[in-house]
Amino acid sequence: MKPLRSLLDKLHPLFVHGGKLEKFYALYEMADTFLFTPGETTKGGTQVRDAMDLKRMMITVVIALQPVLIWTAYNTGYQANKVIADLALTTPEGWRAGLINYLGIGFNPNSIFACIVHGLLYFLPIFLVVQIVGGFWEGLFASVRGHEINEGFLVTGMLFPLILPPTMPLWQVALGISFGVVMGKEVFGGTGKNFLNPALAGRAFLFFAYPASISGDSVWVAVDGYSGATALSLAASKGMAGVEQTMTWMDAFIGRIPGSMGETSALACLIGAAILIATGVGSWRIMLSVLLGALVTSTVLYAIGSSTNPMFSLTPGWHIVLGGFAFGLVFMATDPVSAAMTEKGQWVYGALIGFMVILVRVINPAFPEGMMLAILFGNVCAPLIDYYVVKANILRRKARNV
Amino acid sequence: MLEHYLSLLIKSIFIENMALAFFLGMCTFLAVSKKVETALGLGVSVTAVQVLTVPVNNLLYQHVLKEGALAWAGLPEVDLSFLGFISYIGVIAAIVQILEMTLDKYVPSLYNALGIFLPLITVNCAIMAGSLFMVERDYDFGESVVYGFGSGFGWALAIVVMAGVREKLKYSDVPDGLKGIGITSITAGLMAMAFMCFSGIQL
Repeated sequence: MKPLRSLLDKLHPLFVHGGKLEKFYALYEMADTFLFTPGETTKGGTQVRDAMDLKRMMITVVIALQPVLIWTAYNTGYQANKVIADLALTTPEGWRAGLINYLGIGFNPNSIFACIVHGLLYFLPIFLVVQIVGGFWEGLFASVRGHEINEGFLVTGMLFPLILPPTMPLWQVALGISFGVVMGKEVFGGTGKNFLNPALAGRAFLFFAYPASISGDSVWVAVDGYSGATALSLAASKGMAGVEQTMTWMDAFIGRIPGSMGETSALACLIGAAILIATGVGSWRIMLSVLLGALVTSTVLYAIGSSTNPMFSLTPGWHIVLGGFAFGLVFMATDPVSAAMTEKGQWVYGALIGFMVILVRVINPAFPEGMMLAILFGNVCAPLIDYYVVKANILRRKARNV
Repeated sequence: MLEHYLSLLIKSIFIENMALAFFLGMCTFLAVSKKVETALGLGVSVTAVQVLTVPVNNLLYQHVLKEGALAWAGLPEVDLSFLGFISYIGVIAAIVQILEMTLDKYVPSLYNALGIFLPLITVNCAIMAGSLFMVERDYDFGESVVYGFGSGFGWALAIVVMAGVREKLKYSDVPDGLKGIGITSITAGLMAMAFMCFSGIQL
């Protein structure tokens, strides 16, 4: 580490005020604090000592995302290879298939290695586009506006590719992350100053701008021309029976089902949740209240039932393992910037999301997948919830101290 | 029957939200949403005006202006619907004036807080739109009461939520060129995107 430190120190004068590369200070600062603990100390009277700064916090989220990432690589390839095997396609097309044939890996759905390679060939291009385009905007704003680049983007750039279908065209991916980073975050001044989750804002933008590539039945499995419905759109058209014909609850829990790349596995999200709760990074209040809100709402709707809408027949147990529910609950709803800040507010905020997600899924035929919009709705309401919680506290204390 | 009214209420509050689905009443929506307290006051007065004007205009439309509505006066061929706009505006202006005087007398703090925006409710297009949607969809009296309340309440909900977000955004570091109305418009757009979760619900 020593030579690295002295190299950074040698470069330092170039980047400070008046130096040649002054404009790129943000990039220097990013590299420095990513590798080393920042050396700044507070100068005022107040001293807060905590190793848990924003960077460590965001890195913890990235660590918690690892099980999801591994599953993403495997399942994306597995779904594609399974279809190739089922349809007995001998010559899959495209550069990915070409590369796999060239390396002689093959398309065997039972081989974990073949699945992971095939999955990575879909996930990595999207991931790289997100990192490059999103990183470009982040760096541009940081340089021009003179704030630091921080790991907020690392998490956004990690979450965003995970909530896209594998067949998403790359230019749309670039457009989506640009919208998310610039409109969802940077125009408000960067991480911590926005009010929507940037990854979700980007996905919602794509969802409404290019519905053909992010909804419907033909985008979820990475094989051209193959139409494989997600579990939720099956439920919307055929009800509970339709879902049970194609998969078991265990399949859905582990995540061997088609869907957005990172959202399929409730198990991987559960591991992530354990890491987030144990380190205190994610709020267990929000996770619990989203879960409770969704369970209560889905139980009520299941009990009411409906003869015309098959979605009513989906049981609460299925609701929580399908679609983006688990992923959104663990990684999206708990985003400390856009969620409610007060403890009581977090209960209300979580319950609102849980209620909305089931409501949108069940009674809104336009969007069988409701998690994204429900969380955005929760983000919008969060400041108001906080406002009233704080106000109630002030009133209570006033009454006590008369 | 009750179910019909309930679905109309939900539709007018969430699915066809005046502010976030139709972008009506934007002038006041952007200008008076800096503080939750004021926004709440304005929201309540818009709801009150809406609950009064839509049914009154409904009576006017159904019994005077609509084609053949004057049959009770022995004039079945008369069609006064060309007088629609001016009559509705007259009704709205009168009701707002009365509301203003009432607030001035009984709730002076709210009256002062709302300031110029109270008379501006007269020209708030959400109010006029409420009456015009009522005419276009040919609501009966009961429906117009529900619709008036729902559309006003939906607008009030939107502006209060907006004010909550803007109070949080006070701590943001917005680029100079976007400060003020620019960032507020972007915020309203992002909020409208979040409210899209209601679009498409069939009731």
